[in-house]
Amino acid sequence: MSKPKSAYSIPGKKQKNDTHVIVVWVDNEAGVLARVVGLFSGRGYNIESLAVAEVDPKLNISRITIVTTGTPQVIEQIKLQLGKLVPVHKVADFMRGDKKIIFKEMALLKIVGNNVKRKKAVKFCKKFNPVVLDKTNKSVVIQITALRREIDTIMNDLKKTGLVSVSRTGAVAMTRGAEVFK
Amino acid sequence: MSKLYSGAEIVFKCLEDQDVEYIFGYPGGAVLPIYDELKNHESIKHILVRHEQGAGHAAEGYARSSGKPGVVLVTSGPGATNVVTALTDAYMDSIPLVCISGQVPTHLIGTDAFQECDTTGITRPCTKHNWLVKDVKDLSKIIHKAFEVATTGRPGPVLVDIPKDIQFQKTKYVNSIKRKKLNGKIHNKFNQSEIDQLVKLMINSSRPILYTGGGVINSGPRASELLRELVSLTGFPITSTLQGLGSYPGDDNQFLGMLGMHGTYEANNAMHDCDLMINIGARFDDRITGKIDEFSPKSKKVHIDIDPSSINKNVKVDLPIVGDVSEVMLSVIKTLKKKNPNFASSNKEKTSNWWEKISEWRSVNSLNFINSDKTIKPQHAIQRLYELTKDKDTYITTEVGQHQMWAAQHYKFNKPNRWMTSGGLGTMGYGLPAAVGVQIAHPDKLVVDIAGEASVLMTIQEMSTAVQYNLPIKIFILNNEYMGMVRQWQELLHEKNYSESYTAALPDFVTLAEAYGCVGIRAKTPDELDEKIKEMINVNKPVIFDCLVDKEENCFPMIPSGKPHNQMLLGPNDQKENKITGKGKTLV
Repeated sequence: MSKPKSAYSIPGKKQKNDTHVIVVWVDNEAGVLARVVGLFSGRGYNIESLAVAEVDPKLNISRITIVTTGTPQVIEQIKLQLGKLVPVHKVADFMRGDKKIIFKEMALLKIVGNNVKRKKAVKFCKKFNPVVLDKTNKSVVIQITALRREIDTIMNDLKKTGLVSVSRTGAVAMTRGAEVFK
Repeated sequence: MSKLYSGAEIVFKCLEDQDVEYIFGYPGGAVLPIYDELKNHESIKHILVRHEQGAGHAAEGYARSSGKPGVVLVTSGPGATNVVTALTDAYMDSIPLVCISGQVPTHLIGTDAFQECDTTGITRPCTKHNWLVKDVKDLSKIIHKAFEVATTGRPGPVLVDIPKDIQFQKTKYVNSIKRKKLNGKIHNKFNQSEIDQLVKLMINSSRPILYTGGGVINSGPRASELLRELVSLTGFPITSTLQGLGSYPGDDNQFLGMLGMHGTYEANNAMHDCDLMINIGARFDDRITGKIDEFSPKSKKVHIDIDPSSINKNVKVDLPIVGDVSEVMLSVIKTLKKKNPNFASSNKEKTSNWWEKISEWRSVNSLNFINSDKTIKPQHAIQRLYELTKDKDTYITTEVGQHQMWAAQHYKFNKPNRWMTSGGLGTMGYGLPAAVGVQIAHPDKLVVDIAGEASVLMTIQEMSTAVQYNLPIKIFILNNEYMGMVRQWQELLHEKNYSESYTAALPDFVTLAEAYGCVGIRAKTPDELDEKIKEMINVNKPVIFDCLVDKEENCFPMIPSGKPHNQMLLGPNDQKENKITGKGKTLV
């Protein structure tokens, strides 16, 4: 008997998935985010997080930062397909582990509990530039900036100190040193 | 002060400046101002179709046979949704289309107004780019940009959605055609060292093959000339994808025929056993590669393509060259001539074993079929059609299915732009409207749609268009009363459970033709076939030719699902021993 496996669809060898941060500079026009996101969903690529905002109001340029996972072949396709979109100016791609790159996410954490718990919570956050944005005698809202995994950990830790609500951004990225991605 | 023009006038000024001669369309509420303006522009002729999908395919046929972009004009809502199939078809086969759609007035957008739909949202994944015009001042710039995007780089469809109030508003007209192709999306990025590497690979190869695709057609007639020069200069065998047919003469000895799922035995085996594969303007589609991890295991692969995202998408290649295939081939020819002026003769010996092997495969005669003197075999019908039309510079369109594959196998093309078929999307109902568009572009040429009876019924209403504009298109239906390719797959994969693939109530195509005001001809036996085909050719009117063919015939050779190139089914006897099993069944 023959061994009819995949034929017209899947490549034989499965490659390893890596996490990449893709940064896209686009014209800030109607529907541009839908084009980028639609490309990901339409071609079956994964989006782990997404951050987007205008960075150059004069030239109307927005910067989209997408964290995605895929095989090297898929990551290459993502970059090339993004590059084909008309409003896209440039595409940069960084491995998540890349030492030359800074990645940051921001989170707002709401703690409800007695004084002891609230103090403990702020202490837990110490490493991640905590800013207390709001304080009452029952609650506190803390802002932290950290890596994704660090925020995951701290959320776990804060469960026992009365964490009731979390709001997180997607990751943003920037190169270290004087270099600018062209 | 310069003159002010309404949005509708600006649309036509742009079309005039883009040298548009024909638009294919259908009026409706949201495009009425544009239709009102039509009378003032004599150089632009409007072709009224019977369904917007027909407008899209006709524009595709026009574009593919003329090399110019096709222009479509439709209304909002259903007008736009009906054209989506054609836009997707053009996107898959890289055909330049500019679709202009009406939209409800800007203040009604988002209110679920009558005939409103999110046109730019719906067409976003099936166009290269689309625009919703929100300010009449942007209109001329956007339309010119739309033509530029559609026709440069890898061509494709674009859409401009124009709300009705914008069509009435007035502004100045700016002609912003860019004569130079400065757009960053154009990729001619190859360098001489890549060409040198390719030439080196060519010189060292003893089992080379050229695998060419639709990119050669899209690059223009010069690309076909350069390809012919390259093939004669190298003495390499050449095979072509479905879309590439015609870029190299189909009756030439170096041509191995089409490759892929229904390609020839020699082409597929040569692809499997080669040591150097040079892909020129093709995209390693799944119909071509078969089982991807056993695809051409021993070869160095070179991929020349204008679209960098086509490279390494399905098959990893050793040498990618991003550029217009004409430019790349020109560089290769120059370099090869400089490095090795008599390459063909010196190479002859090196590749002689390879050519011997190829002639062995050729001797299998994989396109052979058992002819009959009682019923018309579909392959025989196409062969006779070819013999009787080959001296006429005939343009062929097709629908999708068995007849399409038989046409690709048995009709030999010698020139580019003569073969219009829906390959990527596989749209049944493509061929008839496409023939309308081809005939518009070439009023004095013979245009034949090789059709199946099931496909053609999907867009049969366009016969009415053909009659209105005196377009003498010939609809050559291979009528087996089945959706033949569906039936063939059911036979091979589903134990002959012919679920819903038989059309029990077909129209009488001869009287149907007469009802439309064209000519109906029917051929029932092989004896009368030639006479009837001649009759069809000689009628200067649209013709529906009902060719009653063998109902059971299957399309061979075939790479069955889940198999690599070198395990083809050659014919009905072969299929018993080589059954498709297990997961192969789940593939399409």
